[in-house]
Amino acid sequence: MKATVTVMLKQGVLDPQGEAVKSALGALGFAGVNGVRQGKVIELDLADGTTEADVTAMCEKLLANTVIESYRVEMG
Amino acid sequence: MKAAVLVFPGSNCDRDLAVAFRSAGFEVEMVWHKEADLPAGTDIVGVPGGFSYGDYLRCGAIAAQSPIMRAVARHAEAGGYVLGICNGFQVLCETRLLPGALMRNAGLKFVCRMQGLRVETSDSAFTAGYAAGQEITVPIAHHDGNYVADPETLAMLKAEDRVAFRYIGSPNGAMDDIAGVLSANRRVLGLMPHPERVVDAAQGGTDGAAMFKGLAEALVAA
Repeated sequence: MKATVTVMLKQGVLDPQGEAVKSALGALGFAGVNGVRQGKVIELDLADGTTEADVTAMCEKLLANTVIESYRVEMG
Repeated sequence: MKAAVLVFPGSNCDRDLAVAFRSAGFEVEMVWHKEADLPAGTDIVGVPGGFSYGDYLRCGAIAAQSPIMRAVARHAEAGGYVLGICNGFQVLCETRLLPGALMRNAGLKFVCRMQGLRVETSDSAFTAGYAAGQEITVPIAHHDGNYVADPETLAMLKAEDRVAFRYIGSPNGAMDDIAGVLSANRRVLGLMPHPERVVDAAQGGTDGAAMFKGLAEALVAA
């Protein structure tokens, strides 16, 4: 089974990389990009029976730094 | 007086840190990250700069899970001293021995230069050798030194006089120009600048020497 974890900087935490991507898009002539937030996607290949609670524990302990990041877990 | 300097895969300031401790009179033991215990009699743990585990996932995140860091947490809980420099500061934040986190520099560039710092408190063994308000020059060399904490944590750090150093200017966007913070018991210090790189005139500066001398004096007095 698979799980996908999306880790993003929390709202309100300045994302310098997202800001740089936004200004680069503007420089390329793409108008109307109001904001860019950059995060990461982590795909997990899991043994059957692994629960969402297990994956949440992985996020809390390692995959995300909850001081600055939020995460979202999608199973399957 | 014994200092244990940790070595992770990718550490690159470990030997400089050992030299700095030795120059202040410490006996130094290098400790590999897979060790489960610190050497007997360790007074202070040095968590060095570098790129532990290639900065994979987040700076310091993998190192924070290594066996030796559990021993360092026990050492800190028992009132032992810990000094984390640069990547070591990131590791201490990831282990939650210090509050906050270190993000990518606001300017996105790796910053490598001599940097003015203001010593904000002399109330710790790390900073007792300086005067509060004293300005010193210490090298910085980092890509992720942008200190971030929530407003409650920032207010607590200020109220408890736990901001040890501030940058003069803003090299990396750190909140409130914070360059280094102390733990609640003032025995754990994390900072982005590199005092171990300025302990001998041959290095081009000696403004870091007082930190190691101050630690040595605190331990002799204890």
